[in-house]
Amino acid sequence: MLRHAEPVMGTVFSIAVRDPGPGTREALRRIADRLHRIDAVFSPYRPESDISRLDRGELALAGCDPEVGTVLDACREVAAETDGYFTERPGGRLDPSGWVKGWAVEEAARLLRAAGARQFCVNGGGDVQTCGGPWRIGVAHPGRPGALAAVLGGSDLAIATSGTAERGAHVLDPHTGRPAEGLASLTLVGAPGTGIARTDAWATAAFAMGPDRALAWAARRPGVEALAVLPDGTKRWTPGLPGHLPPAGPADWQLATAR
Amino acid sequence: MRRAVVTSAATAAGVVLLLSLKPHQATGSAPVISSGAGTPSGSGSGSGSGSSSGSGTTGAADTSGSASPAPAPAAGGATRKVSGDTVNTRYGPVQVQVTLAGSRITGIDVVKYPTEDRRDREINADALPTLNQEAIAAQSAQIDAVSGATYTSDGYTRSLQSALDRAKG
Repeated sequence: MLRHAEPVMGTVFSIAVRDPGPGTREALRRIADRLHRIDAVFSPYRPESDISRLDRGELALAGCDPEVGTVLDACREVAAETDGYFTERPGGRLDPSGWVKGWAVEEAARLLRAAGARQFCVNGGGDVQTCGGPWRIGVAHPGRPGALAAVLGGSDLAIATSGTAERGAHVLDPHTGRPAEGLASLTLVGAPGTGIARTDAWATAAFAMGPDRALAWAARRPGVEALAVLPDGTKRWTPGLPGHLPPAGPADWQLATAR
Repeated sequence: MRRAVVTSAATAAGVVLLLSLKPHQATGSAPVISSGAGTPSGSGSGSGSGSSSGSGTTGAADTSGSASPAPAPAAGGATRKVSGDTVNTRYGPVQVQVTLAGSRITGIDVVKYPTEDRRDREINADALPTLNQEAIAAQSAQIDAVSGATYTSDGYTRSLQSALDRAKG
């Protein structure tokens, strides 16, 4: 097992490779460069990033890194797919982070695959994409730091969680402009073949929907499963979610499902 | 005076990835902040001193019990300590030390932390024991990664990672 932790984008990208080969270390170096480059172009917290300059009108889209247009197109696709519950302008400022972080995880996965790795896990600040498997992915409990709300297992997973646990109420409902309520966290498991970028953006949108709409919306998406943790700790999930439970989950999960 | 670098209640659990550790001894200085789970039963480890906050409401209390799903400690549960790199943060240097019984993490101590007495609302010493418990809790459930936890405690995470890399040999 080869592991690497790269602090970038205000968080840490953690990579584990079970089948490291001769090119893996070089791939990790290229991934680090790639992640920092994505941050330099897309960070809304960097005044000199393309995104910040585009938002201030100092730069036209045509003058931006070509990937900016691609990312903004993807954001608009997600907005359409989620009934407008996703926006690349949360709070009014241009901020495509809801797509970019997951996309950066996908980029890391792509570079690992290109280097020959077939058994790896990339975790970008809580957005997890795995290749091969099986892997066991914990879902952080939003109300109890250090505890897990669930453990999900399987192969070729994309799992993203949107929640209030660490950064407070940071997801705005684009339809009201106010912090989304009704959920402590919302975890989505992507459909097979769906990358973590879309899964993460969908999780953000679903969080803004609130529990009832989010679960109904996820249930309509083939292959997508959701786990909702409500502010009082109650858990709700889509009918197919138990298919992602590993054979032996922690006691916490067993108790939760028995209720 | 105790000021840590943690900027929010983040978790370092995601970097504690399916450890497969080889015996490899390292020594470190006395911890300034202990994990509170530093003394596994029957190991005779002496790491648990310091300002422990081990009222384990999370997984910390699980880690020393024999009912844990993790493999039994190898090599008779020999306890060893491995120090991570000293990582410079904007608040000052941070260094952590992991205590292992065989291949299991039984404690994480912060042996170096910024001593400058800064009143910064982002700095929260209380978060360090929390982080320790999280890392241990995740291991007790044999987790490869954690979704929904962002890793904002940069220095802690990097020092912990280097300690785990070193322990792995």
